[in-house]
Amino acid sequence: MADPTVRLTDPGDAGRFGDFGGRYVPETLVPACQELEAAFRAAWVDPAFRRELDDLLRDYAGRPSPLTECHRLSEQLGLRLLLKREDLNHTGSHKINNVLGQALLARRMGKTRLVAETGAGQHGVATATAAALLGMTCTVYMGEVDIERQALNVFRMRLLGAEVRPASSGSRTLKDAVNEAMRDWVATVGDTHYCLGSVMGPHPYPWMVRELHRVIGDEARAQCAALLGADGDGVPDVVTACVGGGSNAIGIFSGFVDTRAELVGVEPAGGAAVGRGVPGVVHGSRSYLLQDEWGQVLEAESISAGLDYPGVGPEHSWLADVGRARYEQVTDAEVIEAFQVLSRTEGIIPALEPAHALAWILRASDELSGRTVLLNLSGRGDKDVGQMMDVLADRLAEERP
Amino acid sequence: MTLTPTAPEAVGAQLEAHLRSRRAAGRKLLVPYVTGGYGDDWVDVVRAVADAGADAVEVGVPFSDPVMDGPTIQRASELALAAGATPGSILDQLHGSDAGVPLAVMTYYNIADHWGLERFASELAGAGVCAAILPDVPLEEVGPWTAAADAAAVETVLLAAPTAPDARLERICARARGFVYAVGLLGVTGARSALAATATEIAGRCKAVTDRPVLVGVGVSDAAQARQACTVADGVVIGSALVDRLLAGEGPDGAARFVAEVRAALDAG
Repeated sequence: MADPTVRLTDPGDAGRFGDFGGRYVPETLVPACQELEAAFRAAWVDPAFRRELDDLLRDYAGRPSPLTECHRLSEQLGLRLLLKREDLNHTGSHKINNVLGQALLARRMGKTRLVAETGAGQHGVATATAAALLGMTCTVYMGEVDIERQALNVFRMRLLGAEVRPASSGSRTLKDAVNEAMRDWVATVGDTHYCLGSVMGPHPYPWMVRELHRVIGDEARAQCAALLGADGDGVPDVVTACVGGGSNAIGIFSGFVDTRAELVGVEPAGGAAVGRGVPGVVHGSRSYLLQDEWGQVLEAESISAGLDYPGVGPEHSWLADVGRARYEQVTDAEVIEAFQVLSRTEGIIPALEPAHALAWILRASDELSGRTVLLNLSGRGDKDVGQMMDVLADRLAEERP
Repeated sequence: MTLTPTAPEAVGAQLEAHLRSRRAAGRKLLVPYVTGGYGDDWVDVVRAVADAGADAVEVGVPFSDPVMDGPTIQRASELALAAGATPGSILDQLHGSDAGVPLAVMTYYNIADHWGLERFASELAGAGVCAAILPDVPLEEVGPWTAAADAAAVETVLLAAPTAPDARLERICARARGFVYAVGLLGVTGARSALAATATEIAGRCKAVTDRPVLVGVGVSDAAQARQACTVADGVVIGSALVDRLLAGEGPDGAARFVAEVRAALDAG
């Protein structure tokens, strides 16, 4: 039974969620992190800032995003499946919530340039979009491997006026893009804001990014109350989301952490930091981390560039430790199946990332039988169509006699 | 202006005592950096640069995600890891390397944290390493490490960056042991064509609040730049410019030639 007394709190000056979090950054960046924390604290209680952000979220990003009941798939699975449609936001994912907030904050702080890391490219596209909107310059770091498998998003970022720089060291994926973005920020901290894309990194990012995505959970709570209220307490039995760094998951969890709803994060089997990692420190905070016997960070391996990350946001590590959320793992093969199932059954092509959460639902449908399940559909699948075309063509070729 | 008191250290303090005494003798301090395990001859390089006039040697224990390092040291770290170097193997090889000058280890926090802070500190001491530099552990997070390091008589060198306000610099200089590592520019490690104006500025700001040795590192790339930095600083750390030569295959002899050249420039004052 979920413990409804757990709260997602302000982690204080030290930025701690239990043992997790903190601010492990080069000395050069400490004053910038402190300045950012102070600026966010001030802005977040400033009605003028909140109004400007809310207006942008409504008039520019298209919020509130709808709650969609999946009638056909629910019937097939013997459960009641609801989707929080973050895929319908401008730029195609939940990432825009965080980015609009950080870009407004950066402007308020007098910064003129945004730097960001991206995996699948969704956060990079969102950052490039916000930079275009607010007239800022933008540099996005992306692993060479990801640049290859997400060519469309690379082009999108360039269309939006951003410079995309390849991260060519290490595993050449999201982890290395974060390294490069941090190195950039060390050199440019005077005029540049690091627009970090998930609930990870040094304090205040895990907390600030959670607060900026809280809108997902707040909306979903009200929408669930309206839809389900007549039949009971208006709360779904299970709330689930995919977890790489964990921003969309923490966003939706934040709306239900104080309810009886069970919270389930779904990690890729090849990048399951909570499921298979041990606590460690990388990219600014202490959290569960995939690492070898000497503390070298391991390379994650996932079909989804957005979840191809060996760490996880520190608040997820804490939620796992206190038992308020649990973290499941799914394989690439299960994800490919889920991607097709939602497309065919509901006419919604999901991004590969939220397809992870659906893959868990498909596998756990016996356990979930008769229950109401809310899935945060964090992004749309347009960016993945090219990659899936190749994957499915290969499969078809293998199946032929 | 407040000066950090010159409290004599109870135990350990081999690096700081050594650097202070050399400084007192009128010498500018030179600390070359070598990535441990980058190639088979890396321990020979440590000995060679010590013989060529280094006052101490900084040895990098490679980490998979070195966020404070630029392309040169990233490359050296990747080579070392690919060759199977581990924190254990690096310290084993340092043990008994008999370099003749104090050794400091530079690595990232997760290496120490994963081994266990007390264990890591005692392994350093056991290998004859006097000091540690953990560039991703700022003042606010350094407490657990300094507790372990102090107990093992390992000195913790702290970085002082140009972005720090004066009050913060004072606290950094007060907590640092061994020397104060003044970060010469806004950026990561790597050779640059000219010394940044920030190099002498930050050295001067540190010198104003501490009498510990203040060495400028990051972006000190050749003999002329080292000499320029030392118009204000007590000395320099030279990393990427040396590692560039090692990656080019110059080996212990080339490393010794380069360090001797910098030494001569500093001595010519």
